Amino acid sequence: MHRRSLLAGAAFALAIGSASAAAQQRTEVTFWYGLGGALGERVQEQVDRFNRSQDRFRVNATFRGSYVEVMTGAIAAWRAGNPPHIAQVFEVGTATMMAAGPAIKPVHELFREAGVDIDPKRYLAGVRGYYSDTQGRLVSMPHNSSSALMWVNLDAFEKAGIRDIPRTWREVREAAQKLKAANATPCVMTTTWPTWVLFEQQSAIHDVGLATKANGFEGMDAELQLTHPFFLKHIQFIADLQREGLFRYGGRDNAAGNLFPSGECAISFGSSAARAQIERDAKFRWASVPLPYHDDFIQSPRNGVIGGASLWVLTARNRTPAEYAAIAAFFEFISRPEEDAWWHQVTGYVPLTTAAYEKSKAEGFYERNPGADAAIIQLSRAEPTPNSQGFRLGGMVEIRNIIQEELEKVFQGQQTVAQALEAANRRGNQVLRNFERANRS
Amino acid sequence: MRKKVIFPQIGLPYLLLLPQLAITVVFFFLPAGQAIWFSFLRQDAFGIRTEFVGFENFVELFQDPLYRESIWITLVFSFWVTLLAMSVALGLAVFADRQIRGATAYKTLLIWPYAIAPAVAAVLWIFIFHPQIGLLGRFLNGIGIRWDYKLNGTQALITVIIASAWKQVSYNFLFFLAGLQSIPRSVLEAAAIDGASPARRFWTVVFPLLSPTTFFLLVINLTYAFFDTFGVIDALTKGGPAKATTTLIYRAYIDGRVNLDLGSSSAQSVVLMLAVIALTALQFRFIERKVHY
Repeated sequence: MHRRSLLAGAAFALAIGSASAAAQQRTEVTFWYGLGGALGERVQEQVDRFNRSQDRFRVNATFRGSYVEVMTGAIAAWRAGNPPHIAQVFEVGTATMMAAGPAIKPVHELFREAGVDIDPKRYLAGVRGYYSDTQGRLVSMPHNSSSALMWVNLDAFEKAGIRDIPRTWREVREAAQKLKAANATPCVMTTTWPTWVLFEQQSAIHDVGLATKANGFEGMDAELQLTHPFFLKHIQFIADLQREGLFRYGGRDNAAGNLFPSGECAISFGSSAARAQIERDAKFRWASVPLPYHDDFIQSPRNGVIGGASLWVLTARNRTPAEYAAIAAFFEFISRPEEDAWWHQVTGYVPLTTAAYEKSKAEGFYERNPGADAAIIQLSRAEPTPNSQGFRLGGMVEIRNIIQEELEKVFQGQQTVAQALEAANRRGNQVLRNFERANRS
Repeated sequence: MRKKVIFPQIGLPYLLLLPQLAITVVFFFLPAGQAIWFSFLRQDAFGIRTEFVGFENFVELFQDPLYRESIWITLVFSFWVTLLAMSVALGLAVFADRQIRGATAYKTLLIWPYAIAPAVAAVLWIFIFHPQIGLLGRFLNGIGIRWDYKLNGTQALITVIIASAWKQVSYNFLFFLAGLQSIPRSVLEAAAIDGASPARRFWTVVFPLLSPTTFFLLVINLTYAFFDTFGVIDALTKGGPAKATTTLIYRAYIDGRVNLDLGSSSAQSVVLMLAVIALTALQFRFIERKVHY
């Protein structure tokens, strides 16, 4: 309240003193994001363009630390009654945000009230599905979405005499053996984001649910099914690779992020948004291709799922319709084909809209940057099934860490794969039950 | 008899104390009170739905084998951090207390680490311990010792213990140095004239006279190890591999801030608070008797 009357006072004073009164009466909204470095600069650039493109609204974007810090900060601010208008929340926070009821304003509602007419079909299916409710209405605004890819060092492949880039896990194993025999790189293979890549992506590609109830989309009473034979098979496969010295565990989350661009490991799995970093740092020829699959489990792999973050509209007691209109206008702006195509091309995130994908194609972006469309192909190569549309599991951050912890015990040789999956399943389900209980209305 | 300062009115001393009291209440008692209250609740992240659950958060905590494991890890961790930080600091202080050329420069350098933020300190340690990019890590792997603190729990614990202890050495060093400098020279000279060797002089004269400092630092270091080390752990190991470096404070931080489970996190804070209160009380009760002022 105070701040607003102060702002109004300041605007009044300026209106007297200057001719640009109209510019001062812009409706201001705050936007907290969690992308640092070059990606954060791109966010600011786009916000600046939005502010210049019209004179009714102004978005004030601030970098608030990591994804976790943005989310906890925004939640704490909401509890204190003064949240940002827009908060960027990573995909694993989706269920927590969706369960927040009065704290958030669903995007479809925002658009309807602001009179912005956006067809949800405009967004890529793999992106839209993750952030929609069961009726297919957008709840949060897609913003930066990536998918996991396989990155390969072509110089190392050549040294090992490998001609074709592997498409299946069987071929990956053969390639890894050749790489090791040729001693092409100090480390053969690693992965970033172990849970996201080895569990979430692989379960979607192989059409196996990570959890029941369509991975939580159909209700909070979903249960993890990490003991499913597929996970047993796949994690055993990875554990065997590690035992044979073909796979190196590089740490949690993005801790292994430097192992590929530095030339240490010849194969890595990770986010398509790592493209900018790899382009800058890698001193060798490389390629990015869709993730491998087990051809003895599925003949034609399904679509992968996205990672990244979306934008959530937070409510507050003193929000005005003008503020919501400003948010809607900003969301409409970043969904325009030219804006979206720009975002996709400069960041390595997938385009949010089909139009931006078509535009990038027409501009010849993928011919100039081979592999830049691998993530899009992987996301849209099949119609999403209940197992591959995404995850809506409460406490997903914690579940991811639990899986990483149990995996680490496998890689240490402290427990078998079956024991790890059983423990992760039990501990993860406990998290789901706690979440269900805390969010029961 | 101590001389007492007598204030004419009763109000003035309280008025003078008010700023400090206000800070203590706002920044210590209120949050602590809130933590106690929250530890009896179960809430969603936004605090929209709140349920009073009594001691359930505590019961769940102690039924969790991983929590019991992290109690043990915390004890091992705190013991080694305290021992390392204090013994290294004492050794350095004894050496810096001598008449040497450039003593001020040494002292300044030794105090430096205290001014470094935990996250920055952790990055420095990564450059030493990291199996691929760290100096020591590469060296160890080069001579055939499989060093990888990302997969070896013991090595991870050693890494965070060293990094945490290093941060605290400066602080201890300052206090030990001040303590050493306040020991009267005459006592030491008398001992020397009686023919006591330097080692004997240290253990029979210096060390007992340092005991108030040592005792103070023991309390401070244990509190540091219990409460103030999650920054280093977060930046170096994130509590892993598995749960090998998840101490009680790190778990409280993760459950509260990352997993957004305020009830459990508050219960853990309360347990920690009680533990440190008990520990400090015990120390005052038993160890202080051996302290010479």
